[in-house]
Amino acid sequence: MSRVTIVVHSGDFDKIMSALIIGNGYLAMGDSCTLFFTFWGLLALIKGKLRKSDMRLSRMNMAGIGAWMMRRKMKRANVAPPEKLMEDYRALGGRVIACEMTMGVMGLSKNDLDDHMIDEYAGVGQFVKASQESRTTLFI
Amino acid sequence: MGHKIKPDVVVDVVGENCPIPLVEMRKAVMKAKRGQVIEVKGTHGASKKEIPMAVESLRLKLLELNSDEDGVWHIYIQK
Repeated sequence: MSRVTIVVHSGDFDKIMSALIIGNGYLAMGDSCTLFFTFWGLLALIKGKLRKSDMRLSRMNMAGIGAWMMRRKMKRANVAPPEKLMEDYRALGGRVIACEMTMGVMGLSKNDLDDHMIDEYAGVGQFVKASQESRTTLFI
Repeated sequence: MGHKIKPDVVVDVVGENCPIPLVEMRKAVMKAKRGQVIEVKGTHGASKKEIPMAVESLRLKLLELNSDEDGVWHIYIQK
């Protein structure tokens, strides 16, 4: 068994999906995973945000039309929505760290975030520790 | 094709896309007791190859893999 750490820096819909799919993949294949949410990534941890479908695409967002089209295509292809992927990630024992320093920068308090999705509020030290114990570290 | 293996648990992921077949397989493995047999049945092409890879990585036993004519595959795993 090995470990992976993923920095979730982006709050773009497609990148959040990538982080959650990769995280679930590692867990499903028997590894452990830590997602470290920072900067815009933290927005995904806001209560109800993953369900809300107002996240933008990293490319071709076109004032939300692109994101809407992407969601529709994914629904047709029976791709699991982000809130389901987060639920699965947690059910498989995936760990979530919210970066405390950038919470301040992004104007977010613990009250804004969904506590069920978060194991720890921490700083760069926890990220480095998780990363040092991991075979792979990704930045998304 | 006759399925001779009697599973203790059946995980039906027919129609589900990546990464759900892997995720549901893992959930079932977590819940199962040692020695129990899990059948995963699905239609997602890549998962047919990836579930056996996960089985190896999780150090479980792959008992059988077969496919129906209608494109449904069945993977039997023992914990």
